[in-house]
Amino acid sequence: MNVTAVLDAVAGACLLGGALLSLAAGVGLLRFPDLLSRMHAATKPQVLGLLLILAGTAIRLATVVDITTLVLVGVFQLVTAPVAAHMVGRTGYRAGLFRRDLLLVDELADARGRPAAPAQEVRARGASAPGGSRTDPE
Amino acid sequence: MIARARDRILAAAVLTVVWVLLWGSFSLLTLAGGLLVSMLTLAVFPLPPVTFAGRLRLGGLLRLAVRFVTDLVVASFQLAWTALAGRRVPRSAVIAVRLRVRSDLNLTLCAEAVSLVPGSLIVDMDRAEGVLYIHVFDVTGPSDVYRFRGDVRDIEDRIVRAVGSDAEISCLTSVYDETTGSGAERPGMIDEGSSR
Repeated sequence: MNVTAVLDAVAGACLLGGALLSLAAGVGLLRFPDLLSRMHAATKPQVLGLLLILAGTAIRLATVVDITTLVLVGVFQLVTAPVAAHMVGRTGYRAGLFRRDLLLVDELADARGRPAAPAQEVRARGASAPGGSRTDPE
Repeated sequence: MIARARDRILAAAVLTVVWVLLWGSFSLLTLAGGLLVSMLTLAVFPLPPVTFAGRLRLGGLLRLAVRFVTDLVVASFQLAWTALAGRRVPRSAVIAVRLRVRSDLNLTLCAEAVSLVPGSLIVDMDRAEGVLYIHVFDVTGPSDVYRFRGDVRDIEDRIVRAVGSDAEISCLTSVYDETTGSGAERPGMIDEGSSR
């Protein structure tokens, strides 16, 4: 009886915390100034929020079949969220969809401003290797 | 050839575990089904080989996990606070961090870990040079940029110490001395320009 009450309280706290973090992520999505900043809000606090909600759900359900599925949901979120954020961020950066005036330093612009020789060398190497990450459409 | 086979066996094992978890119960049938499906998947969708050269170290893994969770929690609440209560327009920076171990696996793991901790987003990477370009959110000055670069190196440090080989770990310390010795505010960029 007592144990269930404590577990219920913990599960409730997890669910509430997760919901609040997701709300904050949504607010950040609206309030942050440009695409790259918004990607931070869109992808990160809600990862922890989702993990908390999964934890809360796992405590309430407490059956092996459900918990294994919840673990998988969490793992896939952890694996895919950075990839999604990276794809959007990279596209946004290359399309110039961000406010340059908000950047204190931009070392990627410095690197891309270099003479074409190293970039071509990288492209050639990237083409020979399958799944080369640097396929520069310039 | 042996390393190649080991990589495939490892991938099949991981896929089988996912399959068994999806079913939610462990039995001979789910195990056999998982093995069959994972071998089929690997045969139909062959991935570029990711070589796992190191070995798992329990202490390193534990340290990595604990620091990762604390980072995730602290940074999530910071970002949430900025979103809800921030008054000024947050500034950012895009910085280049050269990793010391250039294997694909290390690059991937570092990129994942760095971008899961809120406040940093991978904008681009240079696979051949092992450079990550990271968008850092809510930067107030150059000291923040400097500190963040150290943070990324610490993350790499923990990852390599958790899953890297002995050679990679030794490479960690030797290259580190070199870069701190030159006091590189922008590691990689400078040495590269001078070497060409």
